[in-house]
Amino acid sequence: MLAYLDNSATTQPCEAAIEAMTACLREGWHNPSSVYRPAVEAFRRVREARENLLKPIRGANCDLIFTSGGTEANNLAILGTVSRMRGRQTVAVSAVEHPSVSAAFEQLRDQGHDVRVIGVDMTGQPDWEALERALNDGASLVSMMQVNNETGVKLDAERLHKLVSGRALIHVDGVQGYLRVPFDMKWADLYSFSGHKLHGPKGIGGLVVKKGVKLSPRQIGGGQENGLRSGTENTPGIMGLNAAALELVKMGEDMPRELMEKKLRLIEGIRRAVPDVVIHGPAPEDAAPHIVNLGFPNVRGEVMLHALEAENIYVSTGSACSSKKLKVSSVLTAMGMAPAKAEWAVRFSLSPHTTEEEIDYAAGKIGNIYDTLKRFQRR
Amino acid sequence: MRHVLLVRYGEVFLKGANRPHFLKVLTDNIKKAVKPLHGHVWLSDSRVYVSDFSDLDACIDRVSKVFGVYSVSPAIELNKDFEEIAAACVEMMKPLSGTFKVFGKRSDKKFPMNSMEIGMEIGGRVLEANPNLTVDVHKPQHRLMVEIRDMAYICVEEIKAVGGMPMGTGGKAALLLSGGIDSPVAGYQLMKRGVRLCAIHFQSPPYTGELAKDKVLQLAKKLAYYSGGMRVYMVPFTKCQLEIHEKCPDELGTLITRRFMMRIAEKLAKDFGALALITGESLGQVASQTMEALTCTDAVVDMPVFRPLIGLDKTEIMDIAVKIDTYDTSILPYEDCCTVFTPRHPVTRPKLADMPKVEEKLDTEALVAEAVENTEVLIVEPE
Repeated sequence: MLAYLDNSATTQPCEAAIEAMTACLREGWHNPSSVYRPAVEAFRRVREARENLLKPIRGANCDLIFTSGGTEANNLAILGTVSRMRGRQTVAVSAVEHPSVSAAFEQLRDQGHDVRVIGVDMTGQPDWEALERALNDGASLVSMMQVNNETGVKLDAERLHKLVSGRALIHVDGVQGYLRVPFDMKWADLYSFSGHKLHGPKGIGGLVVKKGVKLSPRQIGGGQENGLRSGTENTPGIMGLNAAALELVKMGEDMPRELMEKKLRLIEGIRRAVPDVVIHGPAPEDAAPHIVNLGFPNVRGEVMLHALEAENIYVSTGSACSSKKLKVSSVLTAMGMAPAKAEWAVRFSLSPHTTEEEIDYAAGKIGNIYDTLKRFQRR
Repeated sequence: MRHVLLVRYGEVFLKGANRPHFLKVLTDNIKKAVKPLHGHVWLSDSRVYVSDFSDLDACIDRVSKVFGVYSVSPAIELNKDFEEIAAACVEMMKPLSGTFKVFGKRSDKKFPMNSMEIGMEIGGRVLEANPNLTVDVHKPQHRLMVEIRDMAYICVEEIKAVGGMPMGTGGKAALLLSGGIDSPVAGYQLMKRGVRLCAIHFQSPPYTGELAKDKVLQLAKKLAYYSGGMRVYMVPFTKCQLEIHEKCPDELGTLITRRFMMRIAEKLAKDFGALALITGESLGQVASQTMEALTCTDAVVDMPVFRPLIGLDKTEIMDIAVKIDTYDTSILPYEDCCTVFTPRHPVTRPKLADMPKVEEKLDTEALVAEAVENTEVLIVEPE
């Protein structure tokens, strides 16, 4: 038995995505910028994919720029908009963003812009008053993630929209939320997502940009994607992403609820086996339906991870991007958690394809593993 | 005329009656090193030559890393025709400036000029052709060698090689390879003396992960470059560590752990046919590396334990690690078994007489046997 519970790191490509990509590589490989029949056909399929991907987030008045993934989309959204603004800007970003967002803001700070880092409370919710202050000081860009990759904390995007209401551009990193937590482009000006978190391929993602938002490209050349992202379109990636997204959309509006039920089943199973377990962040029902961050008292998350690995249960201690750095999660410490306790954190992330068998198997094993591990602690 | 690489060997020279054996091993090792370049290797008049290689720079790089090689020189092999030799010397010296001296050497006594005459005549011609050169017979910047053997050989550039003794002539030993900076360097130092190594690594899942294992294999791969393949023993060590942690005083934990490692290592070393253990310990570096602690770890094995880094400072060890290209891998931050249950206040002056009592509660023999039994053996090939 194997339980893959690390879907926020990446997901297994679905059959539909693999088929769409293979077909594209075998038959639909022509350059969509060329002008003969098969090339125009490729162009049409890319346009169709764009429409399909915008529909679930009500992006009728938006453009979609295909990128190499979430990181590039986030970089482009932040650095691309600010470089079109004149003079020193005040910009605001939450304290718990993915490095592809926070590093972009670090770069803005190095360039002399006034970067306001908006703290979060113990449940991961942003300090709205601090944001209000930044806006009063003339902030022109605000970036907050839709779903936190480590804790599953959900952004109240509607509240953000109301608060900002035309005063600044809003960028939302939707990498962990897109198609699993509903979103509407009326709440944001820029929205990023990634293919491989949705059972699509790696190397493809997108930045949704509301019409009229000015952006300067980070990658220049042949002028593809309205001149905002040059380079021949990654058509196999786009086809794979499109197919994977269609699969999720097809699951219908009940999918997030079913996903939440699976997550609650996992938490319940673990709680039964390990009554001491601590939930980091908000109540599970208030968080995204597929992510939960748990603390196993006095057992380092890394040790728990390897012990689970031995039973073919795959999880992670934080985001995969930082888990090799052996540092305590900056997301959890930003939420006010003591570093010693943040070390206990293990993130479980599900997908609509996660089965109840996987969940029950994992929950069943965790009890025994925890009992063994807690006996041996560094004194 | 053709390009060859002239290989000089170092300490093998000092050997007496068994010199032919050492030379045979050295020649074989050079053959293995240049095999990917299709080089032809032969031994003649106490010199090793390499010819017909596909890439001179790669050939120099490979041969200069063969233990036992003192230096290498790209040379030209010519017919024993003086005019031809002189012209080639002039050509070879053309790009150089500064001082030089010609070292003529005639082992073929049928050649019409003697060593002195060769040196003088060629020196004159080189001087005439290149105004940027002057002669200095005491401390020349460039030493132009002209040797008349079965063929004539000329060379001016000499590249220092690793030195040491030919791999395999020093017997076999087992290296305790942790994944840190020191142990690969310790292994290298002994390999340099011609010792063939196997590596022994202790794993403690779930306290250590797959990345730590991968790191050790990467380090073994770097070392395997010098020996052409290496056996790596992966010892499951968690059970020993947990027993020690549970039943022994905390401050002695690391020391008892080291004693278990040595016991297991000795058994595996015998399996490999090794006669000694090698560790990367340096006196006083940490609590388990004081003289008292080393006495306690040595006491559990009969084999000699070589500690080539015992008198080196950390910075000196790091310099060698950089030179042998293991440093960047060693500093990857993955937890290894030594740091899992590190006591906060380890004993620095343990007494050997206390050890049996401390280990009394442990079923040492069974724990060691079980670890040896479940050890995984991997073969690492060089890159």
